[in-house]
Amino acid sequence: MEFTSILFYVFSLFFVGSSLVMITSRNTAKAALWLILTFFSAASLWLLLEAEFLAITLILIYVGAVMVLFMFVIKMLDTEASTLRAQFTRYLPLGIFVSLVVIVQMALVLNAGPFDLETVGLPDKHGPSYSNITAIAQQLYTIYVYPFELAAILLLIAIIAAITLVHRTQVNSKKQNITEQISVQAEDRMRFASFKKNSTKESK
Amino acid sequence: MIALSDYLILSSIVFCIGLAGIFINRTNIIMILMCVELILAAVNTNFIAFSFYGSDLAGQIFVFFILTVAAAEVAIGLAILTLMYRNRGSIDIDVTNTLKG
Repeated sequence: MEFTSILFYVFSLFFVGSSLVMITSRNTAKAALWLILTFFSAASLWLLLEAEFLAITLILIYVGAVMVLFMFVIKMLDTEASTLRAQFTRYLPLGIFVSLVVIVQMALVLNAGPFDLETVGLPDKHGPSYSNITAIAQQLYTIYVYPFELAAILLLIAIIAAITLVHRTQVNSKKQNITEQISVQAEDRMRFASFKKNSTKESK
Repeated sequence: MIALSDYLILSSIVFCIGLAGIFINRTNIIMILMCVELILAAVNTNFIAFSFYGSDLAGQIFVFFILTVAAAEVAIGLAILTLMYRNRGSIDIDVTNTLKG
């Protein structure tokens, strides 16, 4: 057995095992930590497939940003109340049944031979000067430049949507009320006060 | 050597684990979101395996866009979750039955 094969089986074991532990854990914070291990093993598998840029991206974006966001939300919200009431066993047989059927079907189809080593052989080895990031960048900035910019716009929309959804308007902040300013009348701004002459002289 | 079918079977197993996770944790929205992330990781592994064995970089670029969309989806989903918790005081899916009529 080759060394890369051993690595594949080790990483697959971590991938499948940690995802199994993740979906069965009752504590949402622990499930998030197991999901991080799942992402790390997925990134290792992607490294075996010579997708270095995406493996690093997965760790940076998912573990560094998305899972931290998850942990923030889990720690801010009261998740324990809902997990206690979760009907764990009620839908367990259905879930196991559906998953087993899909896995058996996929294994039967994939083991029939259209994707094994005889049909789809290993690709040619790249030279030492080959860079995955350079190859991706050459395609991304030429052929896929419009989808790339659309992705940027999508991220901008996501930022605006997330901020407008959770932003709470502060009561004591100083801001303009435009409608009130436009509809103001002269009487609202100026007040005529009548003073007696004697009282003003006495005050001086 | 590791064939393409091994990667495909592995990703289908993880996909089904994520599917079963949605069935099992159907009352906890955060767990459902995390299971969707698991499913996306499995699908991305599929894409990258095909990209490697087919010597075509388009699969990796597609995964790049999937990662972008998934990050946006998680950000908005968690924002909606926070709003729901603020309005109802719970993130139980059974509480969200306003549209039931």
